[in-house]
Amino acid sequence: MLTDKEVKHIAGLARIKISAKEEKSLKKDLSSILEYIDKLNEVNTDKVEPLYQTTRLVDSFRSDEPRGEFKMDENLNERLIGQAPHQQNRFIKVKSVLFRK
Amino acid sequence: MEMGFTIKDVRDGLAKGHFTSEEIFKTYSDKIKKDNKKLNAYLSIFDQQSQTNEQYYITNFSKQRAPLFGIPCAIKDNMLIEGTIATAGSKILENYVSAYDATAIKKLRKAGVNFLGKTNLDEFAMGTSTENSAFGPTKNPHDLTRVPGGSSGGSASAVAADLCVFALGSDTGGSVRQPASMCGVVGLKPTYGRVSRHGLIAMAPSLDQIGPLTKNVYDSALVLSSISGQDVFDSTTVPSSIPDFTKNLDKDIRGLRVGVPKEFFGEGLDREVEEKIKSTISKLENLGAKIIEINLPNFEYALAVYYIIVPCEVSSNLSRFDGIRYGHSSKNAKNLLDTYLESRSEGFGAEPKRRIMLGAYALSSGYYDAYYLKAQKVRSLIKKDFDEAFKKVNVIVGPTAPHSAFKLGEKVSDPLSLYLEDIYTVPVNLTGLPGISIPCGNGATSGMPIGFQIIGKSFDEETLLRVSYQLEQALK
Repeated sequence: MLTDKEVKHIAGLARIKISAKEEKSLKKDLSSILEYIDKLNEVNTDKVEPLYQTTRLVDSFRSDEPRGEFKMDENLNERLIGQAPHQQNRFIKVKSVLFRK
Repeated sequence: MEMGFTIKDVRDGLAKGHFTSEEIFKTYSDKIKKDNKKLNAYLSIFDQQSQTNEQYYITNFSKQRAPLFGIPCAIKDNMLIEGTIATAGSKILENYVSAYDATAIKKLRKAGVNFLGKTNLDEFAMGTSTENSAFGPTKNPHDLTRVPGGSSGGSASAVAADLCVFALGSDTGGSVRQPASMCGVVGLKPTYGRVSRHGLIAMAPSLDQIGPLTKNVYDSALVLSSISGQDVFDSTTVPSSIPDFTKNLDKDIRGLRVGVPKEFFGEGLDREVEEKIKSTISKLENLGAKIIEINLPNFEYALAVYYIIVPCEVSSNLSRFDGIRYGHSSKNAKNLLDTYLESRSEGFGAEPKRRIMLGAYALSSGYYDAYYLKAQKVRSLIKKDFDEAFKKVNVIVGPTAPHSAFKLGEKVSDPLSLYLEDIYTVPVNLTGLPGISIPCGNGATSGMPIGFQIIGKSFDEETLLRVSYQLEQALK
């Protein structure tokens, strides 16, 4: 069973603010999922290589030339930057990163 | 339930002049406006003017050669169609406007389709019942008190209710096959690397694959031929030629070796499903296939592996939702950290929160070896099991899901019980293999559709579809 402190810590890592009620249900749900996952410890995996992907493709490189599929113009710029919730003069506005103590 | 038009029906109707592409589009559009209230299969609908595909098929095909010319179809709302909203079933993307077309969408345009609208899904495709959608659950057209399965529940429901001719879904652990099973339609997950995921809102990129939901196997083959192929925007797509998947469907399956894993018939499998699956296997035998019992010793660990790998990839992927560049941004944020914390708290529903946190935990310092690395090692053993089995057989068969469609609300309070829905489909994603669910009749107790799953060798969709087609004919 995860502790309250652990749940708070994980929520912090995940950058999600959780309410006291959510904390309680997450503690229960995450603990039961982790308990289920623990069954993997029954499997002997000594000398087994991990399988990260299944295509067997290695190093999918391409030549370093512009491909031209996306041509940046006012319209595409607007479609991309225009999605930002806070903007000013075609710039994305962010809360200050540095501030005086 | 009346299945309505297949792709072939619409093509014939257009060729013979029974209707125009505008008329068939309007027929479906009107039907959606009438029936969607009770099903909630669509989240948004388009009108035909907004999507004349003239420039695509005239430059690339003549009308006659465009294989899907004039076919009205539906798209799961986690794929981007330029200039339209893509919510991924989440509040955090409620107002997000797609800046470009997904590759699969571009390919469908070139093939001549018309898009009817975007279908409902579990938030970010996380779920097995479509009840995790931020925009309300979708209903199963066979029984409105039951779920359509998930996460492509909107697509499956729309196909089953004839609110489109076919639909696209995405399948990370069963999200095309399981809802297809529960709604009585055909759902195909192609081999990992067959279809580009560019423009698919990612859940777990090492597993995600786009696939068609259709009314029959022939249509499935037709759509697969149209959406397959290597794409510079998805480096996991494989440079192999794309066969015409409809070409060999007619060939019989005499002498074909069909593997039946002993492990698929253990605890948790409903009686009515087991009955149908076994009688369907005997149909394959009647068709001349050789039935061979096989073992997948590590099958029972697949779901645990999946629920480590997926949350890890989810927690990394969904970190892009920061309330800054796009998507929901909290009005309560006072500083930068608040922007993250509050926006994500308000924007994500319960299931994404669970998975993000689970992943953050499994990947946190000191736990990586115990969870993520361990899971990838067991994944390797599962792959080995399938490799061994495929030395002896051409395809592997069994149930798609442990039971037929359950009641809305029945499992919603227990995430683990919803996870168990994917027990037979998840191993197919972990190994990258192609898998299909085809309807094999209705359960003796529930009366609801039951899906028969066929798993093929890597990049051998041809055999997979041929077995499916032959079986479909035999089940008629």
